[in-house]
Amino acid sequence: MEKIFQKFAFSSATLVFIILLGIFITLFNAARPAINEFGLNFIVDPAWNKEVPLSTPQTTTDKSAAQKSVTDTNDESVDVNDYGDSSDDMIMEDEDDTPTKTIYGGLVPLVGTIFSTLIALAFALPIAMGISIFLAEIAPKKIATFVGGAIELLAAIPSIIFGMWGLYYFAPIVADLFGGFQVSLLTAGLVLGVMILPFMAAITRDSMNTTPDILKESAYALGATKFEVIKDVIFPYSKVGIIGSIILSLGRALGETMAVAFLIGSIFELPHKITDPTISIPVALANNFGEASGLGMSSLFYLALILFVMSFAIISFAKFYFLRKANS
Amino acid sequence: MLAMNIEKFSFTYPGVDEPSLKNITLPIEKNNITALIGPSGCGKSTLLRSMNRIHDLYPGNKYDGKIELLDETNKKYKNILKIKKENEFIKLRQQVGMIFQKPTPFPMSIFDNVAYGLKIAGIRNKSELSDRVEAALKGSALWNEVHDRLNKSAMGLSGGQQQRLCIARAVAVKPEVLLFDEPTSALDPISTSAIEELIVELKKDVSIAIVTHNMQQASRISDYTAFMYLGDLIEYDKTENIFLNPKEKRTEDYITGRFG
Ligand SMILES: Nc1ncnc2c1ncn2[C@@H]1O[C@H](COP(=O)(O)OP(=O)(O)O)[C@@H](O)[C@H]1O
Ligand SMILES: [Mg+2]
Repeated sequence: MEKIFQKFAFSSATLVFIILLGIFITLFNAARPAINEFGLNFIVDPAWNKEVPLSTPQTTTDKSAAQKSVTDTNDESVDVNDYGDSSDDMIMEDEDDTPTKTIYGGLVPLVGTIFSTLIALAFALPIAMGISIFLAEIAPKKIATFVGGAIELLAAIPSIIFGMWGLYYFAPIVADLFGGFQVSLLTAGLVLGVMILPFMAAITRDSMNTTPDILKESAYALGATKFEVIKDVIFPYSKVGIIGSIILSLGRALGETMAVAFLIGSIFELPHKITDPTISIPVALANNFGEASGLGMSSLFYLALILFVMSFAIISFAKFYFLRKANS
Repeated sequence: MLAMNIEKFSFTYPGVDEPSLKNITLPIEKNNITALIGPSGCGKSTLLRSMNRIHDLYPGNKYDGKIELLDETNKKYKNILKIKKENEFIKLRQQVGMIFQKPTPFPMSIFDNVAYGLKIAGIRNKSELSDRVEAALKGSALWNEVHDRLNKSAMGLSGGQQQRLCIARAVAVKPEVLLFDEPTSALDPISTSAIEELIVELKKDVSIAIVTHNMQQASRISDYTAFMYLGDLIEYDKTENIFLNPKEKRTEDYITGRFG
């Protein structure tokens, strides 16, 4: 029995690893044409689905022209995204007979993902800390239970509802307050922040609550104030759990698709201000996956791979950090 | 002279009808060790936790009577049950320190643990801090074991060392009174006797009240002993009188091991 159980546990653990590796390989294979074509330059290139004349030396091109024209004809889904120049020019160019190729760069969705996540964190972190300190240390038991329950409910709301609420209620307010567009990096980031807030607050509260009473009492017994006890005893004691809640929230914000799809504007344009619309990686994938083909499809996989590696790196870093902390 | 004077003191926890302490009158002699003994649940911890008002971290307790504390000038007594403001609570807890049943090192270095009470009391001067930390660690018989790793985490110390660290931490702020709530109940015999020696050593500088369910411990280290039962103080006397020739039947039954 013991043996069987051990085997089962072991193979389950291995299975997880195999799935992970499988996903990575699939993504990598599908992204390979785009990786070969654009290389690491993909990450810093803001152009997405842009036709450029073949002759002009472009970004990173080390492939044969023949391959390019093939991928070119495959790609029928031409968006009307211009990059600053007037759309008239664009059409003129398109009708031109000079051979063109389509290039893809991931900078815009990458920037959109990173900045919407950072805005979400910057917004959610202080408020989540405030809420959890209130719930764990300040509020009377009954209120803490009630408010805590409400926050757990909030955490359970499906993200599409946050997206709809954000678009119809929150976006106009953001535009009024900060100017600029209703759908923007800022709107998406703030609503993402509202989304991860309850999650972060609930986990942080739980880890603060694991601080033994006797430890807090020891600090009070030395003449500490409530603020000092929170700062010097509760925070250090529950640090690992708090960082864990931040990392998990970060992972959630990075991969969030539905709510952001409603709010970020979904255009492949580099934002100049946080009140500009743009796009994030998950939204770019969800919006374009249906119609994409050829190099466009491969570039989407390249984006997916980047997201995968980013999330994986963050989680691994967190795990590594926890292990080191737990051992010290 | 009395360091503290408990008079007609009653205490009731919130949501409980019966008081957990009834009409307790107990002197705490200055620079002496007073042991509180009695069966589990008789109210020893409750009484001790009233003496620094640590109960007040939780709302809804009811106090009656008075608990007086001799102030630093050794001239006046102050009723600590009258305390309401936060800064008065802080002052009380600097004057009346507490050591708990289990060692409670903070998640910080050994040095920072001992310096903690000093830092929150506003002492910032580096050399004063390190002098007082060293003095407290020496006074707690821990200096020799930790002087070369003051910056290491206190969590790495053994249980007995951690408890002596907690004593050093309490001693560092120079309290008038130290309250010990079964300080050795989580420790092995060797660590226990080290702590006992230390407590006897400490009474030069502070007045001590110690809760213990170990009667040998009470008889070994204390000068006065109070026997409590079901929230009442049954008998209080010099320790040798309590153990050799108790006046109350219930005291005798308890110390001879007939119940408890
Ligand atoms: N927080 C509390 N709320 C209500 N009753 C309590 C609380 N703490 C202790 N008591 C009760 O008070 C009595 C005395 O407890 P305590 O002082 O801990 O006893 P001892 O330390 O002598 O073992 C016990 O009956 C206990 O159940
Ligand atoms: Mg007790």
